[in-house]
Amino acid sequence: MTLDYIFYLLVFPGFLFTGILGLVVGWFDRKVSARFQFRVGPPFLQNFNDFFKLLGKETMIVKDGIHSMFIAAPFIAFGMLTLVSAMIGLALFLRIGFGGDLIVIMYLLMIYSIMVILGGAATGNVYSSLGAGREIKLLLADELAFILVCLVPIVKAGYQIQLDSILEYQFANGAIIGSVSGFIAFLFALICIQAKMTLPPFHIPEAETELVEGPLMEYSGPPLAFWKLNHLMMYVVFPFLLVLLFLGGFNLQGIGILWAVLKYLAIVVIMIIIKNTNPRIRIDTALHFFWKYAAPISFMALILAVLGV
Amino acid sequence: MGWYNKRLAKSIWVFHVSASPCNNCDIEILDLLTPKYDLERLGIKLVGSVRHADVILLSGVINDKVADKVKRIYDQAPKPVFVVGVGTCPASGCCFKQSHNVHHNDDVIPVDLYIPGCPPKPEAMIEGVAKLMGVLNA
Repeated sequence: MTLDYIFYLLVFPGFLFTGILGLVVGWFDRKVSARFQFRVGPPFLQNFNDFFKLLGKETMIVKDGIHSMFIAAPFIAFGMLTLVSAMIGLALFLRIGFGGDLIVIMYLLMIYSIMVILGGAATGNVYSSLGAGREIKLLLADELAFILVCLVPIVKAGYQIQLDSILEYQFANGAIIGSVSGFIAFLFALICIQAKMTLPPFHIPEAETELVEGPLMEYSGPPLAFWKLNHLMMYVVFPFLLVLLFLGGFNLQGIGILWAVLKYLAIVVIMIIIKNTNPRIRIDTALHFFWKYAAPISFMALILAVLGV
Repeated sequence: MGWYNKRLAKSIWVFHVSASPCNNCDIEILDLLTPKYDLERLGIKLVGSVRHADVILLSGVINDKVADKVKRIYDQAPKPVFVVGVGTCPASGCCFKQSHNVHHNDDVIPVDLYIPGCPPKPEAMIEGVAKLMGVLNA
């Protein structure tokens, strides 16, 4: 029993599966982005080469700041994402869940953002601290809308906060995206995960041209490799979460495998299109958008879900 | 180390140091990232922080004002790091060679590769990078 859970955590839905799929999808992202700009794009194993190269580089530690926090932040964040990926993968592939697991996932994802903030603020670098401050504001902005959006499938599935019950409801009654409230919630969930992953137009904390990668600026060597891996693992975690909550999960038999790949790729491609066609917005615009439009409309979707529409 | 060097050759992240250039080489360097040349297909990426860099791209002559800054940037880069001098200025000092405040750049940081030209064509820069990759792959 314990061995099973170690296998789940380290190999199949957890670390190895999510990590390798994340690195491959990261290549897909870079390739499609390159084709958007009429470039050729990197070769297939590019992200693997980047990762192993960074593992072998020197780790520079800055004189100012808190060294233990600086080194620990990427690895704690990596642990959180491994846990989340194992939980989502177990519910999606093996139909194993427990009461309240969606709430645990929300908490773990929030701890990931807090690790970005702590890691950036622990360096004593001005740009990193600015990036960490912006990450706090972005977290304040998108968290409410994200929670409201995640409540819609819970209400739809008969007030069950359990991932496998939500899946079973969708197998019996059709995907949640088919209803009005589900469709509205799905649209805002897409925008929320764009902000959670700090992809354009919400790459305000990292802002390569302005804050030179923000919280990641002082990182080098293995900690930077793990930040990059974390970011690419989110390309697996968040689309899987959306597939689970709104698109009816995967049915891995016969033609279902093709549907599963298409569902996953559709979400990833929509994310890449949003990423490539939008410039960075200001932090006050992001707050304005999430608090004045995204959260109230998500709340209305929630009310519609309660009314059964 | 052969396996690691091959990984390094396929994923070179470049940090650009402008040591008082005339901006001519800088414009040509940016050409390398445009659709026509697209160095991302070789795994080369321009990064904003020297902590992420594998190659420091140096353009311009190193004079009194920037010498200590260039030295500091080199010390801040995680090793292994390579220094590539782009243009005639790092290679020979160009027409500023006899000036009173110009340092010989080997006194400041060790340069591994020179790409001469004023400015060098993008093709010449790609050839220089390919030579660096060839050394790493050998």
